[in-house]
Amino acid sequence: MKSTKYVVTSQDSDVLPSDIALRIYELGRDINVKEACFGVIIDGEEEDILATVEDLRKMDVTNIFIKDRGFSPGDPRRCRGHRGGGARPGFYMMEHESEILPLISRGLASEARGEDPPSGVETKRRPTLEDLEAMINEEFS
Amino acid sequence: MVKVMVYPPTSMILTDLVERKGHEALVVSKEVRKKVDTPGLDSPPLNMTPEDPKKGLKYAAVDVPSGVRGRMALLGPMIEEAEAAIVIKGDDCTLGCTGCARTNELARFLLKTKRIPLLELEYPEDEVQAKRFVFKIREFLEGLS
Repeated sequence: MKSTKYVVTSQDSDVLPSDIALRIYELGRDINVKEACFGVIIDGEEEDILATVEDLRKMDVTNIFIKDRGFSPGDPRRCRGHRGGGARPGFYMMEHESEILPLISRGLASEARGEDPPSGVETKRRPTLEDLEAMINEEFS
Repeated sequence: MVKVMVYPPTSMILTDLVERKGHEALVVSKEVRKKVDTPGLDSPPLNMTPEDPKKGLKYAAVDVPSGVRGRMALLGPMIEEAEAAIVIKGDDCTLGCTGCARTNELARFLLKTKRIPLLELEYPEDEVQAKRFVFKIREFLEGLS
């Protein structure tokens, strides 16, 4: 059975999509590779893909993230070249999660060092709409 | 190996964390893959056929919009198959094929009423939260096996 996966690197990673592509060529498996700005898309038989994924993770354990994809690369139902441009369906979710990837990478690194999460430490959070409204009222009324 | 449903079912972070621990993540792209690869009358096979909203009738009434029923035709079998679930709270992250508030409500409701181990979290906004996020997921996944 065919399988397609995204291999995405976090912004903190020193590994480039081209490094990942080269590594896949070195492995010599029958896999299609498509380089993208966020990482690579790999397509091939499921056993080959699973074995490759294990090898790729070793390149940067905490900064490489892998996800399944429904369509093969270049599929006319998803490829922008065939659909007249525009963002690919699914791009927004990946963009949304890519912003958080460096934080998750640091969490994974901390876990790998065997550290426990800090307890009782105040966390920063973005102001909610209500907070902003209160700030505006306080400032301008 | 436990089948863990992740919600949003397109989440890269949750899928990756689940698979790192050796479990199987139930994600919508695998369901879509089955549809687009299975030969049928349509060429190329459609990822959503007129039959799918009918399958969704198992989960939502006929007067519910067909978009909800169509999505549930994909998500419903995954929910039935799930042995555990990790759900992200907050609607602003449920984008892509799950970009439907009513489907999100229904899917979360079905997961909650299924009485399976369920972990509800929010995406982290800083490093401390991220460490807690990863720790909670690891603890949850280790408890399953």
